[in-house]
Amino acid sequence: MADIALAEQMSSVPERAAAVRKGGARDSRFRFLTLCAALLVLAIFGGVMASLIIGALPAMQHFGWSFLYSEAWNPVTEKFGALASIYGTLVTSLLAMIVAVPVGIGIAIFLTEICPRPLRRPIGIAIELLAAVPSIIYGIWGLFIFAPWFQENVQTWIVDTLANVPYLQDFFGGPPYGIGIFTASLILSIMVLPFISAVTRDVFETVPPVLKEAAYGLGCTTWEVMWRVVLPFARSGVVGGAMLALGRALGETMAVTFVIGNAHHIQKSIFAPGTTISATIANEFTEAVGDLYLSSLIEMGLILFFITFIVLASAQLMLRALERRAGSAS
Amino acid sequence: MNSTLYARRKLWNGLFLMLSVMAAAFGLIWLGFILGALFYNGFAAISSKLFVQMTPPPGEDGGLANAIVGSIMMSMIAVLAGTPLGLFAGTYLAEYGRYTRLAFFVRFVNDILLSAPSIVTGLFIYEIVVVKMGHFSAWAGAASLTVIVIPVVVRTTENMLLLVPNGLREAAAALGAPQSSVIRAVTWRAARAGIVTGVLFAIARISGETAPLLFTALNNQFWSTDPNAPMASLPAVIFQFAMSPYEDWHRLAWAGALLITATVLTLSIIARVLQPKRSH
Repeated sequence: MADIALAEQMSSVPERAAAVRKGGARDSRFRFLTLCAALLVLAIFGGVMASLIIGALPAMQHFGWSFLYSEAWNPVTEKFGALASIYGTLVTSLLAMIVAVPVGIGIAIFLTEICPRPLRRPIGIAIELLAAVPSIIYGIWGLFIFAPWFQENVQTWIVDTLANVPYLQDFFGGPPYGIGIFTASLILSIMVLPFISAVTRDVFETVPPVLKEAAYGLGCTTWEVMWRVVLPFARSGVVGGAMLALGRALGETMAVTFVIGNAHHIQKSIFAPGTTISATIANEFTEAVGDLYLSSLIEMGLILFFITFIVLASAQLMLRALERRAGSAS
Repeated sequence: MNSTLYARRKLWNGLFLMLSVMAAAFGLIWLGFILGALFYNGFAAISSKLFVQMTPPPGEDGGLANAIVGSIMMSMIAVLAGTPLGLFAGTYLAEYGRYTRLAFFVRFVNDILLSAPSIVTGLFIYEIVVVKMGHFSAWAGAASLTVIVIPVVVRTTENMLLLVPNGLREAAAALGAPQSSVIRAVTWRAARAGIVTGVLFAIARISGETAPLLFTALNNQFWSTDPNAPMASLPAVIFQFAMSPYEDWHRLAWAGALLITATVLTLSIIARVLQPKRSH
């Protein structure tokens, strides 16, 4: 009896071995396929870097470091410098963050502490929809609706009021065009709000309830709990979210292109038209004639990529560290 | 003494909570303003001509048919190319290389690509496709959109696969299934809703993308379904028309903007409803 069973088993061994081998072969093929796809992500990144550097070489050789600090932008005489664009990119993003960070944190506090529970999800989704609206929609809205309204109702008033105040008149002076650095910054701040509030809210939710309860138990008000307990605990997450938003703001193209005015000068007034790296590329790339002009635009792309890489990489590192902490706590 | 301290703390508390309510109102009001203006101006410009006629020269009647078809074609090519690549890469990160140094690196780079300026993507494709081919084409446009699709799909695929309980994988492996079969028949299936969500988000993301199309697919005033030629797309047409001084072009730009936004918002709301809740 036992012999028969053994014989039967023996007969099926080669078949099974074949099946296992086949499975193994399929396994390694599949694994290889997924590995290739993963490497493709790295290849894309490397490709972006390499192609930008190669494209920018002629401009780099021609202008050297002066490209970074020259304000000249003259396609006719082929004198190019990125300073005005870099300035515009940094200033618009910075102004956007000044508005978006406190408001984004405020929204996160609202969503985690104040909002009635049934409304939390819908309001949270509505705020996140601000990020889903394509940037070109912000652009067309800014150009046709917001800028004219702002010019007529707010800007004229501010310019008039501050006309004789020393210092402030420089920063808020000039003819009220409606479009310009300030309008671009405000629209950017609305666009990046959801990135800050979403990350901040998620981090707030990782704060152990015991900490909050202990603070409430000591008699703290809601605000004191948020400011003294929750925010310090969630600090690196909030900073990470803000950096993520900053990365977005720096590279944002269409919304800014519509409303910034595309002027290659640096002016003191934040109401004056300016330009950013991405707006310059979007406006001029297809019309650029001559290798040096194209190459200069590509070098600006390289600068933009470099700046956003640093900002986004630090955002990643902060958020990663946080994830690990949350992972080990749970 | 004590009572003034209490009063002051209560006052601060009330003040700051009110400010955070105002912050939420600030966000919602802008959303309302933008959508309101969009619907108001967009609906006024929508007509049946929009879907059958070509983009007109200034001063003439026309529609957006070539741009709509161009957008759909390029988005479809990009999704068809980007989804499998992103799916495989995300699978590698979640299933094979979860804790390896390579996976850590890929994850890092992928998250950078996810937020990298899309205009840089356009420059990249311009350099490697347009310059090599010698002309602008819908292929180049689709390629630049693919580069945007991949990181979105990678990220959501990995996240969703990580939500699948290990017990399922172990049960399948205990039955003797090879790992590739476990992944395809069990893990992918369990994470299907989440992966579909990722693809929907990717479609929503690229249907409004303008910057990378400007110097890859360029634009085309005429009807064209030839992927080897420049092709019109809704965002590029909106950009051109809105920046022009012509009233009737502005109207068409609003109509196009409404079409895009309606598509994107519908997709993102569907995706959000489908999205499995994170369990922690």
